[in-house]
Order: sequence, then C-alpha cells, then structure tokens
Amino acid sequence: MLKTRVIPCLLLKGQGLVKTTKFKDPKYVGDPLNAVRIFNDKEVDELVFLDITATINKKEPNFKLIAEISTECFMPFGYGGGITNTKQIDKLINLGVEKVILNSALHQTPSLIEDAAKLCGSQSIVVSIDVKRNFFGKPEVYTQGGQTKVKASAEEVAKLAESLGAGEIFINSIDKDGTLNGFDIDLIKRVSSAVNVPVVACGGAGKISDFVSAVKDGGASAVSAGSMFVFHGKHKAVLITYPNYGELESFLK
Amino acid sequence: MITIIDYGLGNLGSILNMLKKIGAQAKISTSKLDIEKADKLILPGVGAFDNGMNQLRERELMDVLNYKAMEEKVPTLGICLGMQLLGNSSEEGTEKGLGWIDAATLKFKFDEQNLHLKVPHMGWNLVNEKKGSVLSKEMYEEPRFYFVHSYHFVCKNPQDELFRSNYGFEFTSAVEKDNIMGVQFHPEKSHKFGMRLLSNFAAI
Repeated sequence: MLKTRVIPCLLLKGQGLVKTTKFKDPKYVGDPLNAVRIFNDKEVDELVFLDITATINKKEPNFKLIAEISTECFMPFGYGGGITNTKQIDKLINLGVEKVILNSALHQTPSLIEDAAKLCGSQSIVVSIDVKRNFFGKPEVYTQGGQTKVKASAEEVAKLAESLGAGEIFINSIDKDGTLNGFDIDLIKRVSSAVNVPVVACGGAGKISDFVSAVKDGGASAVSAGSMFVFHGKHKAVLITYPNYGELESFLK
Repeated sequence: MITIIDYGLGNLGSILNMLKKIGAQAKISTSKLDIEKADKLILPGVGAFDNGMNQLRERELMDVLNYKAMEEKVPTLGICLGMQLLGNSSEEGTEKGLGWIDAATLKFKFDEQNLHLKVPHMGWNLVNEKKGSVLSKEMYEEPRFYFVHSYHFVCKNPQDELFRSNYGFEFTSAVEKDNIMGVQFHPEKSHKFGMRLLSNFAAI
C-alpha cells in the first residue's frame, strides 16, 4: 500500500471544473462529476475539491453540487471554499465530505477551526495556506483566493492552525500553481518542520519524481497536484489522468 | 432487490450509486414494506451506537429486521456503524445491539508503543482474510479499504471473523456468520476493492 497519499486537487468555479496558473486565468477543464467518474476507475485513494470563487463572491458552499460529487465519488474527498460557520461544516460532513478545508476562515474567525475540530474531530479539519513569494523571495501568506496578504508567516499560520485543532495542513504555492515545474521545497520544509500534523504539499507537481522530493526533501506527508492530472502534453490538452498505482508504489513505497 | 435501510444516518447516495454501477437492483428506503420485500439488506450508518439503535426502534424497524435476518435469513450486510449494531453491545453507549452476532464493540486502546496512534482510525488500510467467503471472491491483490471508526468489533466466536486489519493491534475488520455479514470499512468509498465486495454481495 502507498505510504504517501497522492491527491488530485480539483478546482470548482460555478458548476464547472477549472485549472488556474498562479491562481489566475482559470481554464475550463470539464464537468466535475465526469472527472470524478474517471478518477473512480483509476484507483485514486483521495480527492480534494476547492471552490475558488465561493469566498471571494461571499457565497456559501454549493451544497447541491457537493452532494452530487459525494454520491458519485467512490473514494474519500475533502472540500474547501466559502465555509464560514459550523452549521455549514455539519452539513458538509452529513453530505459525506470526509475532510473540510478552511483557509480564509482561519484569519477571519479563528474560533471556527476550534469549534469545527470539536464538532467533527481534528482528523476531518484541514487548514490550507496559500503562499506567494515577494520580490525579495520571502514567502508571504495570502487569503481570499490569493487576494489578501496576511502579516503572519506560513510557519506561524500553520502553528496557529495546529494549536486550534486542525488535523492536517494543506500548503499551496501560488507561484508554482499550474507551472508543472516542481514544488516549492523550501516552503514545504518550513511548514512541515513547524508542525507535527501531516502536511500536504500542493503547487507545481509535474512528474512523479516531484512527489518524491516533496516527501524526502520537503518532509511532506502527502502530495497533491492539479495540472499534472488534468492536462496532457506541452499544449496542455485537457485529459484526466492518474499514474498507474504500481508505478506510484515503486517510487513512494 | 437490495434495500439500503435509511434510518437517518449519513449520506447513502454513494452506496446506491456503486450498486447501480455494478448493475444491482437497489433502493434506499425507510419503509417497512421495502424491507419486507427485499431479498437482501444493507444496514449502513455513521455516528454513535445508541443513536443508531434508537433510530431503528423509533422507526419501528426492529421486528421486520429481526424477521428478515433471523427467520427468512436474507443476506444482510452491515457497514461501519451498521456492522457494530450487529453485535450485542458497545462501549460507546448503553443500548443493546441487534445481537445477530455474538460480539461486543470496544474502544481503541493502545499499548505504550502505539500511543501515538490517533483515534478515529481514519484512512486506507489492508485486510487479511481469516476464512474464505463469497464476499472476497476474485478479490484484487493486496485489498485495501477506507476506514473511519473509533470503536472496533470483537467476536466471541473467532470463526465468525472474516477479515482482520492492523491499527496498533489486530482487530476484526469484517465478520460473517451464515447470512449476516458486516464490514467495518466503507466499501462505497474504497473504489475497485469496494466495488468487487459489493458486487459479490449482490451476486449471492
């Protein structure tokens, strides 16, 4: 069995599935339910869905779509986007969402993380942290879909999330998003060495060896990728793919 | 027709959907009539043991369930909490279980070397077959399933054990006694492995 989880990260915008580059230029890549059906046949052990416009548009999670995803999904999945209260979290868990992912909420209402962890247990609460490096190369944390800068460092945010009861940290590099040219290993290392909970590395994966370095050099417990699983070839034709399980095992066992 | 018993606990959509995908006739229902007519039953469930038993009682499903499982002996599959309800009791609560299998559900307790392990046991894990069963017919190699649970099932009669898994220690991850079967994991969230198991159940 794989020791490292390899998680496709799928972005929702409205009813559709998109893929961004550096958190910009969302390109339509298809119907989310269709993507789930394809992943069902590919021995994918976990999926993540992030609604990239819910928070910015001050919208609730799209419960109807999430229920449909849950019904189609023959694997556990996490959901993030537009979550602002425990009532929504309770509803998501009841719909069959295994992990609830919070990001902007940590900065607006930190108590929500605490309440959520009490409500459904730390194992179901993930805090995601989006990071962009400034002109001088210093990593800075952003919320609201990469629009609002936060003063605290990624390490500080991760520690705060852990202390409030988050069971997992999902670290996403805005600079690397959609580039397929490898993870920001230094960033992953900073965060993974700051906390004891599992860290999921996201942003930049283009090949299986990138996963290996995120784990070996970055200290990540799990890895996630978007473009690598939805695009194919140098012209980025849309094609939902996932590496063969045996191949992943040979690299990550 | 397989009736998936809806007693108000959790989203049953993916169980129904997986059965549909393998071509089985199935229906989610809360009605006694659908349970009466069923030639197989699935008892799903998430959440607390007492709440599960209370829901079955409040919906007045106990008699029809006992009749179907014990008299008519239709193949019955408990999933997750649904498996734990098959036993006599649980450390999670004070209610009596269905008692179809002589077993108790206990809380995960680890020895010193394994105190770092978290409860619930959540994630994919392997299973080892303890006996041959129609449920594991033509199962893929190294079968793995998705688990979420804080309590584990302990059979009084070891011959009722179907699968064992390891989380700090070996625990019973599936049971089978005559027509009564139970799995601690979620086949509906265990893609090809779960699909094979459910299709074996549907084919009984």
